[in-house]
Amino acid sequence: MIRLERRVATPGWVFVAVPIGALIVALILAGVLLVISGHDPISIYRQMAGAAVTGPSAFSATLLDATPLLLAGMCAAVAFRMRVYNIGGEGQLYMGAVGASGVGLALGNEPAPLVIASMIVAGMLAGAAWAAIPGLLRAYLHTNEILTSLMLNYVAGLGIYYLIFNSTSYWRDLSTPSALVFPQGKTLSPAGWWPAVHLGGTVVPFGFLLGLVCALGLMVALRFSRYGFQLRVIGGSTQAGKYAGMRTRTAILAVMLISGALAGLAGASQVGDFSHLLDPTGLQQAQWGYSGIVATALGAFNPIATVLGAIFLGALINAGFTLQSATFPQGLVGTMEGIILFCVLSAGALTLYRVKFSLSGGWHLLRAGSVRSRHDTRTERQPLAGEPAGTLGRLATAVSEEQAGTFPPLSKGLSEAP
Amino acid sequence: MSKSAFDSPGITAVVGPDPEGSPISQTDESPAIAAIGITRTFPGVVANDHVDFEVLPGEVHALLGENGSGKTTLCKILTGLYRPDEGQVEVNGRAVRFNSPRDSFEAGVFMVQQHFSLVNQLTVAENVVLGWTRHKRFWFSARRVEEEVAASAEQFHISVDPKAFVWQLSVGERQRVEILKALYRDVRILILDEPTTVLTPQECEELFASLRALAGAGASVVFVTHKLPEVTAVCDRVSILRQGRSVGTFPISEGGTDLRSLARLMVGRDVTSVRRSSRRLPEETPVVLEITGVSVSNQFGRLGVRDVSLQVRRGEIVGIAGVSGNGQRELAEAVTGMQAHALGQVRVADRVLRNESPRSAIDAGMAYVPEDRLGTGLVGTLTVSDNAILKSFRSSRFCFGPLLRGKIVSSYTDELLSRFDVKGTSATLVRQLSGGNAQKVLLAREMSSDPKVLVVASPSRGLDISATENVRKLLIEAADRGVAVLLISEDLGEVLDLSDRVAVMYGGRIVGVVDPHVVDLAQIGLMMAGIEGSA
Repeated sequence: MIRLERRVATPGWVFVAVPIGALIVALILAGVLLVISGHDPISIYRQMAGAAVTGPSAFSATLLDATPLLLAGMCAAVAFRMRVYNIGGEGQLYMGAVGASGVGLALGNEPAPLVIASMIVAGMLAGAAWAAIPGLLRAYLHTNEILTSLMLNYVAGLGIYYLIFNSTSYWRDLSTPSALVFPQGKTLSPAGWWPAVHLGGTVVPFGFLLGLVCALGLMVALRFSRYGFQLRVIGGSTQAGKYAGMRTRTAILAVMLISGALAGLAGASQVGDFSHLLDPTGLQQAQWGYSGIVATALGAFNPIATVLGAIFLGALINAGFTLQSATFPQGLVGTMEGIILFCVLSAGALTLYRVKFSLSGGWHLLRAGSVRSRHDTRTERQPLAGEPAGTLGRLATAVSEEQAGTFPPLSKGLSEAP
Repeated sequence: MSKSAFDSPGITAVVGPDPEGSPISQTDESPAIAAIGITRTFPGVVANDHVDFEVLPGEVHALLGENGSGKTTLCKILTGLYRPDEGQVEVNGRAVRFNSPRDSFEAGVFMVQQHFSLVNQLTVAENVVLGWTRHKRFWFSARRVEEEVAASAEQFHISVDPKAFVWQLSVGERQRVEILKALYRDVRILILDEPTTVLTPQECEELFASLRALAGAGASVVFVTHKLPEVTAVCDRVSILRQGRSVGTFPISEGGTDLRSLARLMVGRDVTSVRRSSRRLPEETPVVLEITGVSVSNQFGRLGVRDVSLQVRRGEIVGIAGVSGNGQRELAEAVTGMQAHALGQVRVADRVLRNESPRSAIDAGMAYVPEDRLGTGLVGTLTVSDNAILKSFRSSRFCFGPLLRGKIVSSYTDELLSRFDVKGTSATLVRQLSGGNAQKVLLAREMSSDPKVLVVASPSRGLDISATENVRKLLIEAADRGVAVLLISEDLGEVLDLSDRVAVMYGGRIVGVVDPHVVDLAQIGLMMAGIEGSA
């Protein structure tokens, strides 16, 4: 039989070995699928690698996809770590795009640094403002932010659709007859196009660099600052935060605003780095806000690891686009992507648990044999640092009864006093 | 089973524990349930180390041990929640292997967990039949089930209304529902994991009576506890576990059992109960904590605390006694700013605290050890050092601009841990600490802030003997250093042992203040029950 046992301490190599192992398993499983559907797995994988990383300008395309994933991923990471489940990254991203494109259009041909800085600020403010709605409801009325932020995504989605398709708004291009028939957004003047940085043969979008800066900043703020400390405490237990004299409502609202601002930045980057106009259909089809949650889950909700998660997911999405053809239907691409993500995400449990194998009914049949092996594994286990042997017995119940997970479950963990 | 079946001497005659842990008592009767050579390890710990344990039909058998001695693990193995690494479980002399708790209750073994597994939105009867009914039929007849459950309840004199919803019941009643579940399934071996932790003294008595009735009907009861008086109150025999090993099994002799030697066997050394000596504060000792006319609404919108006034002087321990749910919790929270009070005023050394502001209480020099340790007093998912600076993280000592000085924080924590003799390091997660160590971390933090007032709620609840001893010593030391201590506890013995004065609460009011060194227990009992309001 197979038994899952909680790890007392996770050795560092596990964090590297587990995702790689999961990827190999995923490729084998997807390979079976490919063989059944009449494709050659090896050549498909070679095509995917070419499209995502190794081919000419492939990695640049991957980074372009990774940019909104990174920013939206951090939107989710910040909130989820504090047990504020902001699912509204999608809508906040739309609002960020609205804000950034609006300001970009209004400033027209002003100097580029001014236009770009204003777009960044406007995007973040718009995203934060949209996030403030579920944030305020949560902090003051104890409303479930999962539901409110999710519903606001639809409101925002229909809102940007209205701006371009159902109105003659400021964002809509009305300059040519064809634009009147096929509605689309007004294109920004080149001053509002974000610069890209060329590193070797790779084009790194400006938004990606902003994302890296945000990731580093968040890491430092969460881990080393006293504001991050307060958020950790309140994320661990709202009651404890109140007990320690912290302003719990303000903190919840602040988390929501920061989270929304990051999603808004993702929207701004979509306008500045990529489309240079407000493109409702493109934004809604891409669903960066939701995919960002997956990107950060790949990185275990750690801001730095989210960078890697975003690049991985970006590569996968990018490869999927290239793969799609008459002989390789979109459904198959989606299924493969699903298999790969499923394997990598579910393997995360192995960093928390170790798998023990034993024969069925082991303790009956293999009594003598198992005694030995168990004593062997016992010496291999690490006692908690600094624990004298006498307290091990006491720790037994504490360790065994403790619930799993370094990251809180996606249930409503924050229950404030009724 | 009768106690005369044993010729082994009374507990007083037992000189030392048998280190190999073989059972002392011998008998011809085959045990109702037996664990033979059970070993179970968890990562980093051996929870059970070749444990032997057997229970005879018709006896109430205590399983005694400190927290973390492996009692719960053993019970979970007996009921199939865990599988042993080594050893086997026998029911009625036959080896069994349980793959799930369902297997175990079909074999007649049922465990009432410390945390009840009841569905609040269902009725008592529905909870009882949850997962198993006597009749395997498709349609569920609520009335029929209610009748059956009522019949079971009547048979064993358990008073619960089968139609009541679980959320309407008190904790004691919920426990009866759990027991009823076992009875409905015709269980022969009932295991209760620390059943009295949540009960009032009266409810304990009722529970004991039910258990005796069960044993009288031939069932076996395993009574898991770390409280010695309960062992002698209800049990026929006691098995002791210490650090995962069996210490031995001993009969409880009528009236002659020495609690002290039981305690020694359980803890592994001599235990002294910590008490505060009787003393009289001089009249001019300044009042540090002054509660004037405080009223608090509880969660149901009614007044949980009504017009309470109380003064605690420098170096004094004032205890608040009362049956749980008579406003103690609300009072503690209102005094410490965790909850708003509707009327009245709280002063710490002439400084009026702002209503519902824990920050203002902290700034005024009030320390608070809440009843809910992991969740309010401590954050389990954070490290010990994070918890150590929970209230003081803003001080310039730990901050460098907006950043925290990690090294200074951890060296401060290490110093705190060694000063208060906590086992663990500054990087240990608090939820990995034992209950006693966690409470020590909490007390250490609160004491180290050099408070003027210390409010403590149920400080030794759920702690074992050694940890309780430590907590009590710390409280007395604090008072001796001049801290005004307000001690709120449902454990009457603790309040009487530690306090200089005891206020008794009933129905949200203080019904009287008594001197614990002269008071008659019966009188305090009547006051707690709201029958007599004199002092």
